[in-house]
Amino acid sequence: MNPDVDAILAHLRETLPDATVELRKNPGPSEQHSLLVAGADLVGVCRVLHDELHFDYLSNVTGIDWPDPAVAGKVVPPEAESEPSEKGFLEVVYHLFSHPDRVGPLVLRVRTGDRDQKVEVPSVVSVWRSAEFQEREIFDLFGVRFTDHPDLRRILMWDEFVDHPMRKDYVAPDDFEYEPTPHAAVLERAKKHYPSQPDE
Amino acid sequence: MIPDPTSLSAPTLETGADDDQLLRVSLGPQHPSTHGVFRMNVVLDGETVIRLKPVFGYLHRNHEKIAEGGPYLHSMPYTDRLDYICPLTNNWAYALAVEKLAGIEVPERAEYMRVILGELTRLINHTAFMGFILGDMGAWGSALMYAFREREKILDLFEDLTGARMMANFMRFGGCRYDLPEGWAGQVSKIVDEYGPFLDEMETFLVGNEVLLARSQDVGQLPAEKLINGGVTGPMLRAAGVSYDIRNVDTYGIYGRFDFRIPLGEKGDVYDRIMIRFLEMRESLKILRQALDGLPEGDFIHPKAKLRNFKPPVGEAYGRIEGPKGELGFYLASDGSTDPYRFRVRAPSFVNLTLLEDMCLGLDLADVVIILGSIDIVLGEVDR
Repeated sequence: MNPDVDAILAHLRETLPDATVELRKNPGPSEQHSLLVAGADLVGVCRVLHDELHFDYLSNVTGIDWPDPAVAGKVVPPEAESEPSEKGFLEVVYHLFSHPDRVGPLVLRVRTGDRDQKVEVPSVVSVWRSAEFQEREIFDLFGVRFTDHPDLRRILMWDEFVDHPMRKDYVAPDDFEYEPTPHAAVLERAKKHYPSQPDE
Repeated sequence: MIPDPTSLSAPTLETGADDDQLLRVSLGPQHPSTHGVFRMNVVLDGETVIRLKPVFGYLHRNHEKIAEGGPYLHSMPYTDRLDYICPLTNNWAYALAVEKLAGIEVPERAEYMRVILGELTRLINHTAFMGFILGDMGAWGSALMYAFREREKILDLFEDLTGARMMANFMRFGGCRYDLPEGWAGQVSKIVDEYGPFLDEMETFLVGNEVLLARSQDVGQLPAEKLINGGVTGPMLRAAGVSYDIRNVDTYGIYGRFDFRIPLGEKGDVYDRIMIRFLEMRESLKILRQALDGLPEGDFIHPKAKLRNFKPPVGEAYGRIEGPKGELGFYLASDGSTDPYRFRVRAPSFVNLTLLEDMCLGLDLADVVIILGSIDIVLGEVDR
């Protein structure tokens, strides 16, 4: 059963008047509306949701890459027509459930400043332990840095890996020999992809 | 020196001057007790585990990225490979999420077929689990042989229905791929009738077995509050006495119509986790009997369900089912095109491992093996 997002929003505005929380209506038929929370207020909002509104179970944490803000505005439409930002951003989405009230999912979303420099989002591991590995996965695959995470390391890729594969502009490696492609063509592509590699 | 396992925060290890007495063991990835390619970095003080860090990714192929590169239906056969012990529940969870995303209805007969297949999958998963956990305790071979003998009978039926023993690719958005073949439901009810005596026999072997009792009782339990906080779901959570079954909470599909109970454990130790699965199999048999009795005639897929050029409306949806291992969820975001903009698998095996370290602290290395076995992981789903 989907929770009553309006009542939750009213409770949050009452207990945390300074926090920035917005309702984002889901345009699709699933009726899972979400709350967009400012990164600085995230842990406080989560504390209230956990302690006062009985959302004791964080099921799913995941990232989304929005290199094109127009697409983000289509899928997660803002309440009013706002000035579209030029830079893309990363988003972290949380799906919360309540054991005692048997409701869920309550969808929370947090956005980073841009995709390259301002990628910090506070970690919610102090509220729900189940975020520990899932936040590590988002750090690994999307490149979101979770501040105050107890052990922020890559989890699925190896530690020496440099890129973030789930980003939309990720280029898969092409410097390996790949049958039955002619080797020269592969090496040509590899040269474009890795221009700084020294010539043999 | 050992962190307090009842604390809700993640354990940290403080090493002191006697650090050189500690032994660091890398357990896995090529080890039969790790159920695939899973590795644990364990720090031992004598025989006692004081630190345990799981290492993932040996089977990582970025399922989510591959799924985002093709149409929605292209991922359906690929979900079979997530938890390859129970492909049909994976199909079901994905179909359910897409149906929520696009607002598709499922005909009555297809819902009944899904329940029958889902509960048969629960039977094979829990039966295989019995074989594996006994193997972890040292009973190599024979327990697994009896478990797989029964599992194979159900897999024969799956092969009859879908053409493949394990890689079923059977559910579609709005129903199932084919109708049931003639006589198939009769074969299922024959298996359902024979399964009770098999469970009695298996349970008799286990309940009084002294080795099993000594190895599994009071091993690996955690407070229920901590398990909820750590996102643990499925039989693991119910063994600790928390009544949370998504079949009952969400009543997705037609689960609201069936009369079944939710078995609960008391302590949540490895013994409870084994026994809870026996009780769940008996409840599955009850559901199967009711579903076979009520199976109606009609469409096996919604007549307006679109297979080609399927474009769900713009939006997002999270759909979840009670998989045999816990909550299996799919999160999908659609930008209105034929391919999912975001495709995410919330795998129960992966999230249930969050508290593995807390369960093992202060115990012997040999207990780590059966605690990992009692979580019931499949690496295809952990690493995705």
